[in-house]
Amino acid sequence: MKLDPTVCVFGEDVGHYGGSYKVTKGLADMFGDLRVLDTPIAENSFTGMGVGAGMKGLRPVVEGMNMGFLLLAYNQISNNCGMLHYTSGGQFKIPVVIRGPGGVGRQLGAEHSQRLESYFQSIPGLQMVACSTPYNAKGLMKAAIRSENPVVLFEHVLLYNLKEKIPDEEYVLCLEEAEMVRPGEHVTILTYSRMRYHVMQAAKTLVDKGYDPEVIDIRSLKPFDLHTIGNSIKKTHRVLIVEECMRTGGIGASLRSAIIDNFWDYLDAPIMCLSSQDVPTPYASTLEDATVVQPAQIVAAVEQICQ
Amino acid sequence: MAAAILRRVTHTTAAAAAAATPRVSPLPLLARGISDSTDTITVETSVPFMNHIVDPPSRSVTTTPHELLTFFRDMSVMRRSEIAADSLYKSKLIRGFCHLYDGQEAVAVGMEAAITRRDAIITAYRDHCLYLARGGDLVSAFAELMGRRDGCSRGKGGSMHFYKRDANFFGGHGIVGAQVPLGCGIAFAQRYRKEGTVTFDLYGDGAANQGQLFEALNMAALWKLPVILVCENNHYGMGTAEWKASKSPAYYKRGDYVPGLKVDGMDVLAVKQACKFAKDHALENGPIILEMDTYRYHGHSMSDPGSTYRTRDEIAGIRQERDPIERVKKLILAHDFATAQELKDMEKEIRKQVDDAIAKAKESPMPDASELFTNVYVNDCGLESFGVDRKVLRTVLP
Repeated sequence: MKLDPTVCVFGEDVGHYGGSYKVTKGLADMFGDLRVLDTPIAENSFTGMGVGAGMKGLRPVVEGMNMGFLLLAYNQISNNCGMLHYTSGGQFKIPVVIRGPGGVGRQLGAEHSQRLESYFQSIPGLQMVACSTPYNAKGLMKAAIRSENPVVLFEHVLLYNLKEKIPDEEYVLCLEEAEMVRPGEHVTILTYSRMRYHVMQAAKTLVDKGYDPEVIDIRSLKPFDLHTIGNSIKKTHRVLIVEECMRTGGIGASLRSAIIDNFWDYLDAPIMCLSSQDVPTPYASTLEDATVVQPAQIVAAVEQICQ
Repeated sequence: MAAAILRRVTHTTAAAAAAATPRVSPLPLLARGISDSTDTITVETSVPFMNHIVDPPSRSVTTTPHELLTFFRDMSVMRRSEIAADSLYKSKLIRGFCHLYDGQEAVAVGMEAAITRRDAIITAYRDHCLYLARGGDLVSAFAELMGRRDGCSRGKGGSMHFYKRDANFFGGHGIVGAQVPLGCGIAFAQRYRKEGTVTFDLYGDGAANQGQLFEALNMAALWKLPVILVCENNHYGMGTAEWKASKSPAYYKRGDYVPGLKVDGMDVLAVKQACKFAKDHALENGPIILEMDTYRYHGHSMSDPGSTYRTRDEIAGIRQERDPIERVKKLILAHDFATAQELKDMEKEIRKQVDDAIAKAKESPMPDASELFTNVYVNDCGLESFGVDRKVLRTVLP
């Protein structure tokens, strides 16, 4: 926001309250009420306003207080944000960033535990990224703001408290690149967002058991970084996808298809995909834990693939 | 026939004249006999403005012979184009949806006369004439309708997606009401950059019941955005009469805390007056609603005959009593600014120009197969990605 006066923020309680997860804390004091705009509770129209402002030359960052609320703005995101560059024959670009926390938290209930990455996947014209560490959150946010395309940046409710030492200076990560978390030889584990941590926890157990998993945080949900993923598959020949979105129509489903289309000959075992159950997230803690993939399941899956 | 294209400045008031950008008229004025004087005359609007929380502007509108003739010509071009589009649709050269504007021309022309090209206009799908009013040319309009390469959206948008960025015309939207928040966003950017310009955010009586309109209006009023919400009330939301869809069809009052004016949308001078007033108001005080009482002769779209939910007598009656072009014609003839024959010749000239444009548009080829994949993303870093797998599925067209 310091570098470019056209960058502004729209969202509920982003200004004086500092953001419900403190992402925009202090920005209103620095940049004023117009650049860090506290909106009424009107997702459909303030997302539309963000798109209109983008058409007119600003670079809004639109926050959904919880990603799930952006379902109300689906029309604006799909028809206007995603498609206007095409239907205007290239005349208008929509350099907006739509971001917010999603994912299953701690007993937040069904409506506040949604994963929208699968819903937005098919929209042509959108790019989607998911951050998972303080380091990649900063780099991806900067890349998303700089992109001329509309980018949906998926954050996770449970990851805001992570602490990590990151460089003070400017750095921009590539929106389309995946991150190699742990190189290995036996199996390629593809994951993103919070499940990365479950995978790494499982990896500790797997290493003790003598396995050598390669863990890749795919980060870019649309498009996939098939270059990095492909190189990994060519090495390990086995793939496990671990994701938090629902099994049906999820990111994993598309990723599996893409891998089969492109890397069939390199596979020695069927691709396994561990996803959340196709249920509304229940409130009870034990049931909620069973909705998402747990490290024990990841270990079992790797053992099965590597048989 | 004079071949020169005349440049002229709209003279609304002296102050506005200074701010107005010169417009190129789409047709040469016949040199002989027609008065192109810029001496002002004053005309009363057909009916007084109805107002809500704001004092209405005066019923007396200043205009010039030159302006009236331009109104006549511009509206005639629009009328002729929409009728030509009707024939093209019936000959299956235009497909899909085609929403025609004939009857409503005064709104587009009057609005354009009150503002500059730095002000923004956004509308829904009945957008052909707004595009022409903003300086769009006939060839690119017809080419777009026929899905050809030289269309204003390269053949990829169609009837509902006309845009003209250099004239601040933001389209062209198919989903009812979705353009209203976009318009408020454009106005937000205008305020953010302190441009001193406004946005005219058009919607219909059907869209007036969309929740996002009230959401956007609330925000526009909170932040004093320079937006004018214009309800083009043609009294029918597709097949539903306004009184069947809206508990309160007084759309100019539905802003509640936002002021509103009801304007005779078939009277181009009243539209001009109201838009000028609204622009000044919006720059000072934030949003205002203009309800344009207008009428469409065609059905909602080409698939709607337009006579199952209204009587032919009603349509004929409006055409008889309130047609915007006839009204201007009567004014011109009454003041002797041109003879009836001269106006007839102008109409013939316009008909020819429209036909020529259609012929030229027909020559434009279909878009190249590669255009399927252009403009999905703005090309950054030379990357083109479409599906999640970054693969482009190239089909070979027969």
